Amino acid sequence: MSNFSQMIAEEEIALVEKPEKSEPLGLLFWLCVGWIGLNIIGAIFANVLPLQNPQFQDYNALNVGPSLHHLFGTDDLGRDLFSRVVYGSRISLSVGAGSMLIGFGIGSPLGMLAAYRRGRFDTILTNLMYVFLAFPAIIATIAILSFWTPRSLIKIIVVIGVASIPLVYRVIRTATLNVATKDYIIAAKVQGATDRRILLRELLPNIAPIGISFLLIGVATVIALEGALAFLGLSVLPPTPSWGNMINESRTILQQNPWLAVFPSLAMCLFLLCLNFIGDRLRHHFDVTEVKL
Amino acid sequence: MLLGIVFIISVGSFYLIHLLPGNITTVIEGPGASPSNQAKLYKLLGLNKPLFQQYFIWISNVLRGNLGTSFISQTSVASTIRAALPIDLEMMFLSQVVAFATAIPLAMRSARKPDGWLDRIFSAGSFTLLSVPSFIVIVLLVLFVSVKLGVPHTGPSSYVPFNQDWIVNLESMGLPTIALAIGSFVVYFRVLRSDLIATLQEEFITMARSKGISQRRIMWRHAFRPSSVALLGTAGVNIGGLLAGGFIVQYLLNIPGLGYTLIQAINESDYLLVQGIVLVVSVGVVLINFIFDFVINIVDPRISRE
Repeated sequence: MSNFSQMIAEEEIALVEKPEKSEPLGLLFWLCVGWIGLNIIGAIFANVLPLQNPQFQDYNALNVGPSLHHLFGTDDLGRDLFSRVVYGSRISLSVGAGSMLIGFGIGSPLGMLAAYRRGRFDTILTNLMYVFLAFPAIIATIAILSFWTPRSLIKIIVVIGVASIPLVYRVIRTATLNVATKDYIIAAKVQGATDRRILLRELLPNIAPIGISFLLIGVATVIALEGALAFLGLSVLPPTPSWGNMINESRTILQQNPWLAVFPSLAMCLFLLCLNFIGDRLRHHFDVTEVKL
Repeated sequence: MLLGIVFIISVGSFYLIHLLPGNITTVIEGPGASPSNQAKLYKLLGLNKPLFQQYFIWISNVLRGNLGTSFISQTSVASTIRAALPIDLEMMFLSQVVAFATAIPLAMRSARKPDGWLDRIFSAGSFTLLSVPSFIVIVLLVLFVSVKLGVPHTGPSSYVPFNQDWIVNLESMGLPTIALAIGSFVVYFRVLRSDLIATLQEEFITMARSKGISQRRIMWRHAFRPSSVALLGTAGVNIGGLLAGGFIVQYLLNIPGLGYTLIQAINESDYLLVQGIVLVVSVGVVLINFIFDFVINIVDPRISRE
């Protein structure tokens, strides 16, 4: 969750920082978007694409290096590394997307409502969330997953998703608070707009940019977390490939076949890098401050 | 507040055991156990009592330092934890020293000329490293340091406690320290850099400059102190993640700290040990966070908690 904590710290600084002119998003941004898109397509259509079976063991080709036949080479059981990396992205992507769906689905409406309504509702909810924030989410995740057996993908998604609610709540509440005191919100209220309209039509579009960039960075954080859980043996179990458990399995034969560690690591790092980059860029791009208005 | 959080943690850790599917007696005695034996054990463990009564028995034992005896190894959970804990503390301490010692000067350097070539390199580098999880760092470190350069890293048998031979101890701590420090360094560098840039635009800095105070003095005396608040805040939040990263590092490098013990306990289904470690670590993280909050209040008296 370190990326997350850093973002919160930066968000608080950004309020002080002098606004810069928003730059165009740039080529690198669109390259990253393209890469993420490619990964998503790969994950969804993995079994339609002309890939080798990730479980098929070819004993005539154990630990071979990258070649035309096996783009990334094969592992110690003769399984095609490229197709395992592609199939592995399914686990990482579904954990990332699923848990953030839960986290944002519950955390952001609560955060918006609390910041808009204020009063006792806000006080109670915020204090409650701060109590949960003080609880180390990673430790809680590890603890619950180690007891809640047998483990499955759904359980992992639920546990991480629920654990992320307090963080999402805090971020969205802060973002909404900044907007809710603006003149145009007061103007809307004076004109007699309903709460529902103000929340959905005035507040939501204005906090969406921050929300989306947090969402992307959140997905990146969660994917890294799933990798860590795979290392602890708390994620999906082999032979189902995931980036995390592939890297974990590669450790024992690192000397004979370093490719086993390199390719899944590269896939994961590139994906996280792109997510972080897009999130960071969006945040700066949509950093609409009063000075600019 | 603190007591409330610790209470919730204790309830949470206590309840973990009840998350286990089925009956815990089956877990302990194996699937072939006879029903009468199971019933005996059930009573012996006090599982027939109401839940809140079980909690009180458990918590009063915990407060007396008794975390139970492992079903698997028949050793006291508390003594196992006591043996492993110093290793974690040492790892955290060393990695934080390294991270701060590198992040602070580099961030100052970057903030002096934002968008200068040095700043660009540092910022791009730290952004890239931000996307590399600590377990990948350690795998790659092992790959390049140990395998390619032929420098051996220590196994579990060669781990030497600090008070026995501190040179060997520090040698075995090298890799894990670097792996953990990289993750912290990246976060600290980025936070401190952006905060310093903001601080350096304040009027009191312009004032200090106009008085002809040297750059170095302005940095350390005038800009660093207000900026260090954000740094400390981040460090406090970072501890939880650092611990989890440390767990994996220990597991990969066979260092018998809490993380290594925890993973073994998970694999062996040693539930009481897992419960004990979770409790100790969670309470530890919460305490560290409160200490950080306290320190922040001293550094910046303007912040008074709501």
